[in-house]
This record gives sequence, C-alpha cells and structure tokens, in this order.
Amino acid sequence: MSSTLSSIRGFDMRERKGAPVRDTLIPWIRWWSRSRSTVVGMTVTLFLGAVAALAPVLSPFDPIEQDLYAVNQPPSRTHWLGTDQLGRDTLSRIVWGARFSLSVSLSAVALGGAIGLVLGICAGYFRGVVDAVLMRVVDVLLAFPMYMVAIFIMAVLDPSPANTVIAIGIGSSPRFARLARAEVLRQKEASYVEAAWAAGATDLRVMARHILPNVVSPVLVMFSLIVGTAILVEASLSFLGLGVSAPTPAWGLMVNEGLVGIRSAAWVSILPGLAITVAVLGLNLLGDGLRDLLDPRVRQGL
Amino acid sequence: MAAFIARRCAAAAAALLGALVVIFLVVRLVPGDPVLVLLGDNYTPEMYQATRHALGVDKPLPVQLLKYLEAVLRGDFGNSFRNSKPVLPQLLEQFPFTFCLAAIGLTIAVVVGVPAGVASALHRNSWIDQSAMVVALLGICTPSFWLGVLLMLMFSLHLDWLPAVGGGDLREPLTVLRHALLPATTLGLASAALIARLARSTLLEVLGQDYVRTARSKGLRECTVIARHALRNALVPIITVVGIDLGRMLAGTTVIEILFSRPGIGHLLINALKTRDYPLIQGAIVFYVAVIILVNTLVDVFYSVVDPRIRHA
Repeated sequence: MSSTLSSIRGFDMRERKGAPVRDTLIPWIRWWSRSRSTVVGMTVTLFLGAVAALAPVLSPFDPIEQDLYAVNQPPSRTHWLGTDQLGRDTLSRIVWGARFSLSVSLSAVALGGAIGLVLGICAGYFRGVVDAVLMRVVDVLLAFPMYMVAIFIMAVLDPSPANTVIAIGIGSSPRFARLARAEVLRQKEASYVEAAWAAGATDLRVMARHILPNVVSPVLVMFSLIVGTAILVEASLSFLGLGVSAPTPAWGLMVNEGLVGIRSAAWVSILPGLAITVAVLGLNLLGDGLRDLLDPRVRQGL
Repeated sequence: MAAFIARRCAAAAAALLGALVVIFLVVRLVPGDPVLVLLGDNYTPEMYQATRHALGVDKPLPVQLLKYLEAVLRGDFGNSFRNSKPVLPQLLEQFPFTFCLAAIGLTIAVVVGVPAGVASALHRNSWIDQSAMVVALLGICTPSFWLGVLLMLMFSLHLDWLPAVGGGDLREPLTVLRHALLPATTLGLASAALIARLARSTLLEVLGQDYVRTARSKGLRECTVIARHALRNALVPIITVVGIDLGRMLAGTTVIEILFSRPGIGHLLINALKTRDYPLIQGAIVFYVAVIILVNTLVDVFYSVVDPRIRHA
C-alpha cells in the first residue's frame, strides 16, 4: 500500500529523493495507527475485493441453480444463510453479488473519472468558450443527485450491466470534471508549469506529463468516495429492475426478489441489504482516511 | 432585490428550456422503437405506418421538437402510449401522494437531523457526538430500500401498527397519512443522517469564528452566544443543504414508492420506463427537473434575503 501511495504523490516524492526513508515513512505509520476507522475501511474493502475475486472458489453452490425441494429454508448447516424462494443458496448469491456489484461500480466510476478528468483538465487548461459551456452543463448536472441522472439515462438505455456502467459513469463524471478543473487552475499558476512552457513543451505534453500527475491524488480520493455512492446507485437501479434482470445475483435485485416471501423468509431480503451497507461503509471509511492522508491541509489538523 | 429575483427566474427558465430540449433529444435519438413497443409482434406494414403517424414520430426531428415545446407550454405532454390518456392529468393525479411522502419525509429529516447535528457540535467528541455520528454514518451507507424493508418488517408485519403497502384514499386524509408514515420515515431518516453530519460541521466551523470568540469574551451567556451568534450564521448553509437534499429525497421517492407499492410519480416513472412509454417518461422527468430547478431557485432567493452580500456578488 505504501508503495502505491508514494507513487501517487509523484512530484512530491521526486523532489525529496535524497531524504531518508524514515522522514516519509514514519508520519504515515503514525497516521495509520491513529486512524482506526481507515484500517477498518481498508480491511472491509480488501475482504470484499477478495470475496469478489474468489467468488467461484468461495461460493458453496451455483448462484443461479434452483432447488425447488429446498425453497425458503432458514439458515442451516448446508445452506449457511438459507435459501430463497427458488431454492437458491443465499450465501452463494451474496458472494457472486459482491463480484457483480463491485465490478459494475468500479468500472462505472472509472469511466466517469476518465470522462471527468479529460473534460475537466481541458476546460481548466484552455478556458474560453469550451470551459464556460462545459461548466454550465456540469453545474446543471450537479444540481441533480447522481442516482437521478443515472435513472434518466437508464430511461433511454435497455437494462443491462453494461448500460448500468454507462449510466452511473455519466452520472458521476461532473463531480470529477469540477474537481479536475479546479486543480488544473491551481496547478497552472505553479512555476513548474511555466518552466515546462518555457522549455517549449506542447500543450498536450504539459497536460499529460506535468499537470495530470499532480491532479491524480485528489481525484483518487474522490474516486474512493464515489465508488461507495456508485454501489448504492447500482443497488437502487437493480432493486427497481432497471439495472439487471433475473437470475443475475445482484444485491439490490435480491432484496427485491425477497419481498415476495418477506413474511416467512425475511433473510432473503435482509442479508443482501446488509452486504450493501457493509460494502459502502468500508469504502466510505477508506475514502475518508485517504482524504486525510492525501490532503495535507487536513493531515496537519490531526 | 427584485432585479436579483428576476435574474434568478430568468436563469431558471433558461435551465428548464435547456433541460426540455436535452430530454426531448435524448429520448428520441436512442435505439428502441416506440411503435414496435406499442404494436407488439403482430402487425402489418400499414398498421406500422398508421401508428407512426398517429404518434407523430414520422416527422423530422426539429418539427417534433418545436411542436413538443409548444405543447409543453400549453401544459400538454401528449398522450401516454399505453392507455392513450393525456399525461398531465395522470401526473397530477399521482402528485398528492409523492408530495405527501416528500413533505413528511423532509419534516422528519429536518426534525431529526438538525438537532442531532447541533447537539453533536455543541458536545464535540463526547459520547453524544460519537454515537450520533456513528448512527449518521450508518444512515448514509444504508440503501433506503433496505431500511424500508427493516421498518416494514418491524412496524407492519411484526407489530402490525401501520399498513405496509398502498397509498390510502385521497378523500380520507387520515388514511393517506397512515400510509405515508412508514415510507416517509424511511426517506426522512436517510436524509437526516446527511443533514446531521453537515449541520455538525457547519456549526463547528461557525463556532471557530472570531465573532463567536468576541461574543464570548464580552461576557455573553453561552446560550446567547449559541442562539444569537452561532446558530443564526450556521442556518444559511444548513438551509442550503436541506434544499439540495430535497432533490435527493425526490429521487429517493422512486425507490420508496416501488418498495411500499405506493402510487406516486416515481412509481409512474418506473413503470413507464419498463414499457418505454415516452410521453409519460418525459412528463415525469420534466416534473422532477422542474421541481429541482424551482427548489434551487427558491434556495438562492432565500439565501439573498438572509445574506444581502450574495445579491451583490
């Protein structure tokens, strides 16, 4: 972790190449030990990632295989978390659901981050008409919750995981664009950018080689915070039946499917919902911690 | 003041017009033929052409757009593809249910969220603060529909206090209220969590200001300092947050209305989405967009009334 974080800091590290390792390492260790909630968030996120990656190995049953002789069974030794109204193993569906939810949310926010970063950097770098128009659009989009933008986009796309990625990606992009633009405006004033211009670097080179690395760390913080929201949006869309269709094991859809038998088999709805909460909680704690770590102004306050 | 309000209203109208054009274009330009949705699998080419003509989708796009804008100005959102009834009356029929849900939800959010945030800030780092913030964090991370399932299990299925599904009869306001209570609580608690966190950080920021220190140092009682100096200044950002949150809440009504099988605009929208009922989808989306733009404008105007500096900025 610390090696990725040091590469994120990019410029900062290169300037201090000569400094002893402990100068950079010790504050981090101190910070980690102080911030228990970040460690919890990190642990939960890593656990989820592992579950998602190892879903085929970890899940005891096929997530979509029905067993009509064993419907709505309460948790037992064979089915640890019981079965749903079609006799599918709840634990296996939750494990595969982790894979589904995480991959959809991560790709969506990656898409949104890429769109936002490119538009934001261009707007901040070139200013002018493009900037004005783009920021008006961003302002209007930001007035709407991400979930609502995603629903509007799903209104015109067919329900499928790929389209969910597009909808959530577009919904999240204005936040990245706004952030990236603000950072670029700040960085453009820095002397290293002037130096690059003076050395005859092209606009593209200045943007890609000099500005981008310095914009990455706030964007990364934003990324981890938005992935949590994206999981909630994805869950809501699949709950409404707009994101995926049965029999895909998606957490939101599972909560909805469980409503039919809520009186006799409440766990079918409750457990996937709990999984959503835990996942979002983990990501938010991690995001908050990363923000404290990467934003020096906040870190000094600790 | 009047000039400021006029400027804000013009900006709001421009935003609404832009939104109408975008909504119209996006809905028309995507794949998915509404004629085929309407006709199903058994149709003749003549029937196809006749339906296309009846829906007006055979004309060039700019013509369709102008006709659409002109119709919207008259309050005519066209007829639903499904049941051929006008869209606007259908929306208006559902509106009281959504309004009731959002209004009670917002009340709960403010009544729970603001005092919780203020108490947290005033007792910073105490057990009150810490437990309130842990609950608020959980509230933010919980999907509203799951909270709804839990409340439904508890209060309608287990205790049998409140109805789990339906919206009540509009002629009997009491039934509407009873039906709205559980969904509105679900909606309100989710927002209360966010409001509490923001109210706390806002108040903490204000409490660190020089004028608060001045008020204290000139010997005012602590409750006067809080009430007259800190809270009044913290109120403006808090109200902005509540205004922004209304948009979130409105979006949340879709999920809640589906979960509790309540009538409402969100329910209408989701059903229209599934049947690709374009006029109805557009009508519902225009409704949401208009409400959010309206709320933002009202918040701006309110802001300028409370804090005259903003008017001249």
